[in-house]
Amino acid sequence: MRVLREAFTTLSLVGPAALAVVLFIFLPVGVVFALAFTDYQIGAPQAAWVGIENFAELFGSKLGRNALLNTLVYAAIVIPASVGLGLLVAIGLFGLAERLPRVSAVLRAVYFLPVAATLVAMAVAWQMLLHPSLGLVNTWVEAAGLTPQNWLTDRGLVLYTLALIGVWQSVGYNMVLFLAGLAAIPTALYDAARVDGAEGGWSRFWLVTWPMLGPTTLFVLIVSAVNAFRVFETVATITRGGPAFASDTIVYALYREGFIYFKAGYASAITVVFFLALLALTALQILLIERRVHYR
Amino acid sequence: MTAALALEGVSKRFGDVHAVDDVSLEIGEGAFVALLGASGCGKSTTLRLMAGLDRPDAGRVRMGGRDVTADGASARNIALMFQSYALYPHLTVHQNIATPLRQRRLSALGRLPGAGALRAGLRQRLDAIDAEVRRVAEMLRLETLLGRKPGQLSGGQQQRVALARALVREPAAFLLDEPLSNLDTQLRADTREEIKALHRRTGHPFVLVTHDQADALSMADRVAVMIEGRIAQVAPPDVIFSRPANRGVAAFIGAHPMNLIGPGGLAAALHPAGRDHVVGIRPEQLALTGDGPAEAVMRSTAYQGDRTILRLVGGAEEALQVVLPLGSPAPAEGETLRLAADPGALHLFDAASGARIEHAGGPG
Repeated sequence: MRVLREAFTTLSLVGPAALAVVLFIFLPVGVVFALAFTDYQIGAPQAAWVGIENFAELFGSKLGRNALLNTLVYAAIVIPASVGLGLLVAIGLFGLAERLPRVSAVLRAVYFLPVAATLVAMAVAWQMLLHPSLGLVNTWVEAAGLTPQNWLTDRGLVLYTLALIGVWQSVGYNMVLFLAGLAAIPTALYDAARVDGAEGGWSRFWLVTWPMLGPTTLFVLIVSAVNAFRVFETVATITRGGPAFASDTIVYALYREGFIYFKAGYASAITVVFFLALLALTALQILLIERRVHYR
Repeated sequence: MTAALALEGVSKRFGDVHAVDDVSLEIGEGAFVALLGASGCGKSTTLRLMAGLDRPDAGRVRMGGRDVTADGASARNIALMFQSYALYPHLTVHQNIATPLRQRRLSALGRLPGAGALRAGLRQRLDAIDAEVRRVAEMLRLETLLGRKPGQLSGGQQQRVALARALVREPAAFLLDEPLSNLDTQLRADTREEIKALHRRTGHPFVLVTHDQADALSMADRVAVMIEGRIAQVAPPDVIFSRPANRGVAAFIGAHPMNLIGPGGLAAALHPAGRDHVVGIRPEQLALTGDGPAEAVMRSTAYQGDRTILRLVGGAEEALQVVLPLGSPAPAEGETLRLAADPGALHLFDAASGARIEHAGGPG
């Protein structure tokens, strides 16, 4: 009787949430996986099984490969730059907090602003800044004696411009995470390092800071990677994947195929590939680094 | 002979707080000095000033006669064992112990993993470091633990690793910050002996910082008592106990704080100088006798197994403590008692300055 009652309590506590997860996450994911092998179009009365044709199109067509490659290039810039700069800024502000706590707090807020700001509004601001003739960026470039660029309309440049905006956007978030990580390092370890002969900041960094930040760095790396591969808002609001697909990325292609061309089958195939790639990436990072960052 | 380590008029302020105030202290070659004081008295700050982790606001630090005030911790070659042990959690026991040698003897390039395979000279230095690590590990019974991480060790084992890391190089002085505070009673007693033995064996000057007078009195050959940022007395343990230099030290040292009475009638009843001076008497040395010269009223008793502590009040509301040995019956509360003390057990202190006054027939 008691066992039954406990089982009922357990079920009533876990049940609703579990049901919601199944209904709103697992089921749609299952549907997407199924749709990925059909030629279903949104609103169409029926769909035909097409096997791996959708995947073949993504990896085989020029457009599909272009979106994949653009996303890889974007991630290859944004991940290391935003993690590295985030760490650099965090270390700087952490050191500054000892001497000038007010200045450090203000700078911290400044670096965090892009994270808190609405990206769509920021996209408008970036469009103004990067405007070829009126923008502030080109004014500065000219003042520095360099040639002004068409930051958002030059096919060879637009992806790197978006990557820079991506870095600007995520440095603050990474900085906050690193600051928390730095604050958790016991100061006695730095004292021990100095007594042990690591007088310079560089050797103390390698002896204490970097290894002690391991778990934080792993987390920041995973979050940054997921965010970089997921890049969408800046592409959608600033360039719409253009000019001529030069800034087309995998999630923007997914949006275009699914919600503009209504090719639900193909969009589902992109989703599946994207999902598996992120899963593999995260698993790889955890497998490779996890063992080296938790010291138990 | 120049001292291995000497503080000369050293002061350190944090904001308005004088953490360390005009402290002078000499640690001779091979000496074992304990820095004893209540928490917040500035003893840990003094230790940090010795180690070079903090710079003094005034005064000098000398090592072997050389002025090292401006030198950082690594330039001084002073070993420090931290209260929290401060082991590197990501390094094995072997790597932890090797760190001071690696930092001093290898370049940043040489410290890279696998660098030893490339250059023969580096290979030799790495082998020398390995040999020294194993020698120290053997001395502290850590040979079987060299591959473990600190997180996999017990508190006592971590403490021995911290000792080994401090001892692996030949330090000019060896500082220990509350080395026994995280250990249980049995381990404490063993570790006390172990640290004393290490001191004898290595011959390095040792400085022990502790709030525990039993640790200080039992291990050190000189004790410096610190009170509110100043050194109140530096003397061998028996002198600290038997002839405290001032009221502060007298009240701090001893299992039960010394009774400090007067000046007044009660003090004068115990010693004629008690009219003008403070009379000190340890609670263990006050005896209840029917014909004693002093008089006090029983307030309360505290039974502690092997002894009973009586709290009494004198005629002018002076608080007194008496420790009764095992087996003595405790008098009833409210009873008026007569007390006597051997004149040899009485201490006299100046009422204004608190400084000790020697008197004929006094202890010593």
